[in-house]
Amino acid sequence: MLGSYYKFQLTSVLSITHRLTGVFLSLIGAPVLLWWLAALSGGPEAYQAMSERLSGPPGIVLAFTGLFSLTFHFFNGIRHLFWDTGRLLGIENAYRSGWLVLAATVISTAILMGVVL
Amino acid sequence: MKDLHHPLARARGLGSAKSGVHHWIAQRVSAGLLLLLLPWLTYALVCTVSGTYAEAVAFVSKPLHAGLLILSLLVLLYHAMLGMQVVIEDYVHHRALEFTLHLLVRGGALLGMALGLVYILKLALGN
Repeated sequence: MLGSYYKFQLTSVLSITHRLTGVFLSLIGAPVLLWWLAALSGGPEAYQAMSERLSGPPGIVLAFTGLFSLTFHFFNGIRHLFWDTGRLLGIENAYRSGWLVLAATVISTAILMGVVL
Repeated sequence: MKDLHHPLARARGLGSAKSGVHHWIAQRVSAGLLLLLLPWLTYALVCTVSGTYAEAVAFVSKPLHAGLLILSLLVLLYHAMLGMQVVIEDYVHHRALEFTLHLLVRGGALLGMALGLVYILKLALGN
C-alpha cells in the first residue's frame, strides 16, 4: 500500500479530505436534505416511512458520516478563507490550524451525534 | 520579468479561464454566507429530526424558518455546484465526459433548487 512507501502529512490528508467531504455533501448530503423535505411535505405517512428506513445502523452511519463531513468541511473551510486573505500560510500555522480543525470536527460531531441519537 | 500578456488582455482581466475571477469570488462569497447559515440549519435539522412529525412541520412552517431554509438550500446547492465543477475540471480529462458531467451537475443543482423550493413552500403555505 501507499503507506509503506509514502509518509502521509496532515496538510495533504486534510486537503484531500476537504474535497472528499465536499463531494460527499454534494452527492449524498444535499439529496438527503431534499428527501427529508419531500417526506415532511408529503404528510405523516411519508415521514414515518422515511424514519423507518433510516432507523437503526443505516441511519446512524448516515448521521455520523453526514455530520462529520459537514463539520469538517465547515471548519476547514474557515481555514481556507484565512489562507485566501494571506494569513496562516506558514508550515507551522498550517499544521497548528489543521489540528485545531480536527479537534473542532471531532468535538462538534460528538455533540451533534449525542443530540441526534 | 517582462509581462508577456497583451495590454488588452490585462485590461479585460479575464485570464486563461475567460471568466476572470468570478468563480473564485462566487465560491468564497457563498462560503461566507454558509458560515452564517449552516450553524442555524444544523441546529434546526438536529432538533427537528429528534422530535415528532408535527413538531418538525410546525418548525418549518414558520415564515422566518421557511425563508432561512430556502436561502440555505439555494446557497448550499450553488456552493456545491461550484465545488463539483472544480473537482470535475481537475480530475476528468475526457472532453465529452467532462462536458456531460458539467451538464449533470448544473442540471442536478437546478432541479434540487426547484424541488426544495416547492417542498418548503408547500409546508409554509399549505399547512
